[in-house]
Amino acid sequence: MEESNDKKKKSRREFLKKGFLAGAGVVAGGSLIAAYVDKSAPESGEKVKALTTNGEIIEVDKAHIKTPRVSIEESHKGIPGRKFVMVIDLAKCKNARKCVEACQKGHFLPKSQEFMKVYFLQDSDKSAPYWFPKPCYHCDNPLCVSVCPVGATYKRSDGIVLIDNERCIGCKFCMTGCPYSTRVFAWKHYPEYEKDGQPYSPEASSPGKEGTVSKCDFCPDLIRMGKLPYCAQNCPMGVIYFGDIDEDTVTNGSETLKFSELIRDRAGYRYLEMLGTRPSVYYLPPVDRQFPVNRGFEDLEESVKNRYKNTPYGKNHKL
Amino acid sequence: MEYQSTKEKLLQEVAPHLERTTWVARLWIFFLLAVIGIGVYAFIQQVTKGHIVTGMRDNVVWGIYIVNFIFFMGMSYAGAIISGALQLFRTEWRKPIIRMAEYLAIISLLIGPGYILLCIGRLDRLHYLVLFGRIQSPITWDVIAISTDIFGCLIFLYLSLLRDIATLRDYTALKVPAWKKKLYSILALGYTGAPEQEIRLKRATDIMAAMVIAIAIIVYSVLAWIFSVTLQPGWHSTIFGPYFVIAAVYSGTGVLVITMWVFRKAYHLDQYITRKHFVAMGVLMVILAALFGYFTFSDYLTKWYGSEKNDESLIRILFSEYYWPFIFSNYIGVLIPLLVIGIPRLRTINNITFSALVVIVALWFNRYLIVVPTLESPYLPIQDSRPEWLNYSATWVEYALLAAGIALFCLMFTIASKFVPVMNISEMSETPKPEEAVLFQSEESLL
Repeated sequence: MEESNDKKKKSRREFLKKGFLAGAGVVAGGSLIAAYVDKSAPESGEKVKALTTNGEIIEVDKAHIKTPRVSIEESHKGIPGRKFVMVIDLAKCKNARKCVEACQKGHFLPKSQEFMKVYFLQDSDKSAPYWFPKPCYHCDNPLCVSVCPVGATYKRSDGIVLIDNERCIGCKFCMTGCPYSTRVFAWKHYPEYEKDGQPYSPEASSPGKEGTVSKCDFCPDLIRMGKLPYCAQNCPMGVIYFGDIDEDTVTNGSETLKFSELIRDRAGYRYLEMLGTRPSVYYLPPVDRQFPVNRGFEDLEESVKNRYKNTPYGKNHKL
Repeated sequence: MEYQSTKEKLLQEVAPHLERTTWVARLWIFFLLAVIGIGVYAFIQQVTKGHIVTGMRDNVVWGIYIVNFIFFMGMSYAGAIISGALQLFRTEWRKPIIRMAEYLAIISLLIGPGYILLCIGRLDRLHYLVLFGRIQSPITWDVIAISTDIFGCLIFLYLSLLRDIATLRDYTALKVPAWKKKLYSILALGYTGAPEQEIRLKRATDIMAAMVIAIAIIVYSVLAWIFSVTLQPGWHSTIFGPYFVIAAVYSGTGVLVITMWVFRKAYHLDQYITRKHFVAMGVLMVILAALFGYFTFSDYLTKWYGSEKNDESLIRILFSEYYWPFIFSNYIGVLIPLLVIGIPRLRTINNITFSALVVIVALWFNRYLIVVPTLESPYLPIQDSRPEWLNYSATWVEYALLAAGIALFCLMFTIASKFVPVMNISEMSETPKPEEAVLFQSEESLL
């Protein structure tokens, strides 16, 4: 018992440390997880320092650092003693779409598949519109998991809901089961899937496979390396906080907060609470906003901008 | 003696359909095969290029494939319930048409599940449904229910065919190839019509009749629950089980009427399938129309009256984008049979058949309106700049496979009618006598 408490404390310290490091954009080679260098991947141009087994510090291209992914069997278990949670601060989101792009790059997704989607919502005519990033909610009562006929999607002990695309038969029942339109289907084979080059693991949700369902996975492969999920790492505004609900801690990479206090002080809520799905993602309401909402329309690709044309705001302001 | 002579006369009447295939029939079969061929080509396209060739996308993940699935399964349940009920209640007018209802039950049951397979992204993993099946999933319920249903309906059909097969085996004047004769004699299982055999057969048929009714209701409810267990506004409704059952029997009755009309024309059965049969089916259709209208009204009234945000937006779509299909499927599809059969002067064979046709098309659209608009109005608004992501419209692949399914249905019916007569000649040869279903009788009275 004592030992496990000790472990917990240690892992918490580690988590915080790594969280900060990830936020600063540095990969520490001395993490407990072994990494290897694979020079076949295209260079990103970004160099990082890594510690080799000989104790040398070398500089390698960031894209060349590869970590062996956990097996499908292992991916069912969940990281022991953890319960992950995400907090999204709507007051800070200005639709920079860096979360979407980083996520697509990290999961080797084509542009037409988004695990993270940014909605432009307005609850009623007179209420204020706001930007609404939407990952998978990793519900504690996930309907997608209940309806899957083959157990291809599953809930882990750490709260993460994953999909095994080696098992998925592509019936899409989970897609109709999910009330948040979270899941995406591979309607064909996309060339982006081939860019990964590593063996498949549900924890990485990559490489994708035609005819199967996939979705946001909370990036357990990154968590194992002590990093934040792609979306949280790459948000320039620090909108996305990620952490452990049992440790009562969330971080966006630059600031680490007590989850319970954050939710209490900022009146955090979960989206469509009345559906009873019990999401693991909390939102902080868009109050005292740092930007006017229309900043979100700046520097958008035409196809992305067109998405919001049919919203009440879009119509009124002739987007 | 009278029994024998009626039988002889009937056999002479139906024998030509079994003995030879006219060039019109050949042309018809060739046409059906061509349509099926196009469907096969469409299917190959879908397998090789991926589901991208269909109109389905991430929001509307199920399109007309699932509509066809519900539709064909509905026809099957109607066939099962009608033939089962007519058998149990010993309805006299059932005799010339009960075989068609049984064929309807099994043929559409063999085609229907094919459509759900078309929705499956990885057909190469289909066996996972058995290998890794989870009983918690309504799809697993469906797999169990449908396979039970296929089994039940096959047994019921076989029991009902048995006497006719034995008759054909014994009918020496029948000019069919030797292999067909041989097949009759194998399939007849040594049935000679001995009193003991007859009682056993009747008892088995009655048990199966009761079973297929029960199975049909369960299977179609399970199918409805695939939709209603989800949280989607428009699907998440307690009424869906019974609503689907009623809609199924309603549309299937329409199909049965069309089948009666077609075989009456094609095989010149005017003498046996008369206006009486059409009116009887018509009356059944009126009752079902009223029930269907009532269920539809209850479902939409409760959604509209409370006007919950998502229900309201669904109703708004139904009354704007889908206005005509909605009016057609839920108003015209109910009112036409009520008028045509309700007014005695209008009750002609052709009018009843026409209203049956209206019912079939209306009910297909009814299922479309249950599936597609719901998926087009999820909780989170669809924000996408790709038109095919916003609104579903079926592609040629899906329509080709719809046509192929209908063609396969017609083809199987044609082939079945070439093997065993579409009318139950053994039952028709019996003189009408007051008789109760074996199930409702005591043991002693049987002996």
